[in-house]
Amino acid sequence: MAGVAFRGVSKSFGAVTAVDDVSFDIHDGEIVCLLGPSGCGKTTTLRLIAGLEGPTAGSIHIGDRDVTMISPKGRDIGMVFQDYALYPHMTISDNISYPLKVRGVSKEERASRAAEVAASLQIGNLLERRPGQISGGQQQRTSVARAVVHKPQVFLFDEPLSNLDAKLRLEARGFIKHLQKRLGVTSIYVTHDQAEAMALADRIAVMDGGRIVQMAPPLEVYHRPANTFVANFLGSPPMNLLPVRLERRTGVTRFVADAFTITAEGWHERLQGRVDDGESVILGVRPEHLALGEADDPWSFPGELYATEPLGPETLITISVGDALTTLRIFGDDPPVVDGRVHARIQNTNLRLFREGGERIELG
Amino acid sequence: MQRRSILSLPAGLLFLLPAGAFVFVFIILPFFWIAAVSFTNRTLTGRTALNPEFVGLANYRRLFDPDRFFNSGEFGASLILTGQFVFFSAILGQAILGLLLAWFFYNHRGWVQSTVQTLAIVAWIMPDVVVAFAWFAFLDRDDGTLNQILSAIGLGHPDWLLALPMVSIIMFNIWRGTAFSMLLFSSALGSIPPSHLETASVAGATGLQKLRDIILPLIRTHIITVLILITLWTFNTFTPFLLTGGGPAFQTEVVSIYTYRTAFQFFRFGMGGAVGMVMMIINLAFAIVYLGILRSQKAHA
Amino acid sequence: MNHHARFILGRIFFYAGACLFASFFVLPLLWLTVAPFNTLATLSLSLPEEFSLANFRRVFANTFAIRALVQNSVLQAGGAMVLVTITATLAAYALSRSSIKGTDVITYGLVLFSSVVTGTAAMVPIFLMIHGMGLIDTHVAVILVFTGGLLPAAIFIMRDFVDSIPRSYEESALVAGASPWRVFNDIALPIVRPGMMVIAVWAFVNVWGGFLIPFILLRSSGKMPAAVAIYSFYSEAGTPLVTLTAAYSLLYTLPVLLLYLFVNWKYGFRFFGGIKS
Ligand SMILES: Nc1ncnc2c1ncn2[C@@H]1O[C@H](COP(=O)(O)OP(=O)(O)OP(=O)(O)O)[C@@H](O)[C@H]1O
Ligand SMILES: [Mg+2]
Repeated sequence: MAGVAFRGVSKSFGAVTAVDDVSFDIHDGEIVCLLGPSGCGKTTTLRLIAGLEGPTAGSIHIGDRDVTMISPKGRDIGMVFQDYALYPHMTISDNISYPLKVRGVSKEERASRAAEVAASLQIGNLLERRPGQISGGQQQRTSVARAVVHKPQVFLFDEPLSNLDAKLRLEARGFIKHLQKRLGVTSIYVTHDQAEAMALADRIAVMDGGRIVQMAPPLEVYHRPANTFVANFLGSPPMNLLPVRLERRTGVTRFVADAFTITAEGWHERLQGRVDDGESVILGVRPEHLALGEADDPWSFPGELYATEPLGPETLITISVGDALTTLRIFGDDPPVVDGRVHARIQNTNLRLFREGGERIELG
Repeated sequence: MQRRSILSLPAGLLFLLPAGAFVFVFIILPFFWIAAVSFTNRTLTGRTALNPEFVGLANYRRLFDPDRFFNSGEFGASLILTGQFVFFSAILGQAILGLLLAWFFYNHRGWVQSTVQTLAIVAWIMPDVVVAFAWFAFLDRDDGTLNQILSAIGLGHPDWLLALPMVSIIMFNIWRGTAFSMLLFSSALGSIPPSHLETASVAGATGLQKLRDIILPLIRTHIITVLILITLWTFNTFTPFLLTGGGPAFQTEVVSIYTYRTAFQFFRFGMGGAVGMVMMIINLAFAIVYLGILRSQKAHA
Repeated sequence: MNHHARFILGRIFFYAGACLFASFFVLPLLWLTVAPFNTLATLSLSLPEEFSLANFRRVFANTFAIRALVQNSVLQAGGAMVLVTITATLAAYALSRSSIKGTDVITYGLVLFSSVVTGTAAMVPIFLMIHGMGLIDTHVAVILVFTGGLLPAAIFIMRDFVDSIPRSYEESALVAGASPWRVFNDIALPIVRPGMMVIAVWAFVNVWGGFLIPFILLRSSGKMPAAVAIYSFYSEAGTPLVTLTAAYSLLYTLPVLLLYLFVNWKYGFRFFGGIKS
């Protein structure tokens, strides 16, 4: 077993920098999800770990070995590809045991270990079939079986669930987490589905433009996003971001926008020395931390009702504030009846502040 | 180490080596060799076989000699015959018949379509000498199947190969090569989303209008591809030789046959080289146009 | 006109058209399919009085022509087929999977050159080159020249095929710990095998039917392939002994048709731009 570390790793394809000066430590036995929008460099990061790409700069370590110059063959990795890459000309059994075959394991032992792994993944009855003769979910499991059969030091997953339908996806997600915990193998899991990342990860690494912008446990990433990009990327609907200007008068601080003014009651001391008078900042508040409020509440701001979407256990209420939209998530079985002018109240314990440039302001 | 690939650079070069050697010797070398030979008086035997002399543009001057350029059996006449042959058999014949077939069977995939398609392909893949022999029998004046049919319906029985040799090889080449156009056009038609045509049907377009306004514009690049490829192939085909030998009286001597006769009947390789050189230049023009289209197609994809 | 009548008229029109097209392709071959079984066949199309294999017996008595067919043609077409398939596969794989720069330029350059340097345009330098190598009148000459001529298109078709195979097959094998050679042998080769089969059949059929190259490169009758040897059934004046030529033609065509049926059955007639040069 071994951790994985990047030290200042960059990778460019011609003019495109896919991975830009990335450093991280993934601990032994941990599962880390790489999360980010399309083209942000997730797959490239994974392929760098696997040795399918060589870095332009920096070094890559698995355990206490520097593997930067080592070919994939020498890295002892199990990888699940997005398209599964099952060999069409081999049976499921031969597919699963291929990593053993190239390691010179005897035929009998290969068959028995393939059968064992297949049984534990509930595909034991398919061993003699070909990849073309089994379902997508079964192919996915076969591909996982092939990645784990030789007990590698590191598992890599590149969006392994994106070809499955929604129901199978949920099922397979739980099963991957279970398997990873049972085997205790360091895993790196690429996805652009934030729910998947939240559910699976010990830590999430959010990537943007080839850099890792935040690497932290899921709830921390969710509640304390490092910047507005992360805030906006995670959560569905994402965090509401309201640009305002700060006004500090004696004893009172206000957030002023064209469409509203919020009196930051109880926050005057807190913002002391962290934000200047007249500075532009961005308020970040998750939809579930907004409630319907009254006009005279200092922490509320007004908007026009835009849409009401009852979802069952909760209701999304979208209001237009100035020329932007803000969403409230109201829990409860009965959708609240609202119309016309609506006041949204901020639960200020969960309010985040970001500088104009995007990074979060650490408040005491 | 920047880029890893499935096959390393040395292994890749090793894999390319055998094919590269073949292509170099049999494609690239001849291209330059022919240019060199065409400026000499090289022959097969005799003094100029071992020590050919540089004769400058003499071979070309002889080819393009204005006094006899268009005389029967000369290069100019041969070029004109080739032009007729290519225009009528490839551009008018194969392309239009191929499009017609593809269009005719567009909505009727089934055993009828696959039968006709198979028949066309059989005509396309049979050995040259066999189809030539079959057509020799088919076109026979007294007993040929064609004249049996024609006289049965009272249309006389012309002596095709002697009286209408050019018409014969044009018919022959249409028959021989239509499969290619048909296949390419049907796969092009197959890639048109049915909704395009349904929309037009709903709007009240007739079959012909749909062909003109929707199908032809959508398969424009395929049409160009077909036209250029079959032009190239027809321009270079040697098969008419097997049917008519270029005769009678040079009436079907297209440039491929002209090259053969110049180079191998009297083994005047210098002259033959000059003719081949002109053919290659014409080929090059077609190929460059085609390559441009292929690339822009790939860029759009 | 009511709907029903229109439908029937449409059907009639369709079948009439299909018959017309079918007869266009069939009529020229009809005589050739009947005549070989008629000992008294003339060029006129008629059913034989009695169905007979005597023509074939006489063809088989012509040892020269039979040797041309079962030995020379098989040797030349088979040799070129093997060479084309192996070298084209290796080259296409390298063009698709290695880090060699400018593989697109190489591929298109290849296609460009090969459509310019055709067998007919280049017959003079090809003859002179083979002459210079001292290979005139050898099987090797025919095999080499055909291989060179067919390779560019074969590489082009094969590269398309290899390009369409996801790289993740080979990459997953690399990650699984396989050496590059194993990856090629265990994974890549079996996956490209259908493409190789198509190329092999295509190359075989092309050489089998080719006339010009053996015609100018070979001299001794013992080395002629069937394409040239068929003229041994012609008289001095150049007119064929129709019964025997027809029977021989049929024998000579048979492998091509069988291979076509085989490819069609096994892989479907895959349509590559210019599969037949
Ligand atoms: N082989 C390559 N050659 C050139 N550019 C590449 C190559 N591989 C990736 N890139 C570029 O590098 C950037 C990152 O690509 P990468 O595949 O890592 O993104 P990703 O985060 O996995 O995206 P997705 O969610 O769409 O899979 C992209 O801009 C991509 O275009
Ligand atoms: Mg990706």
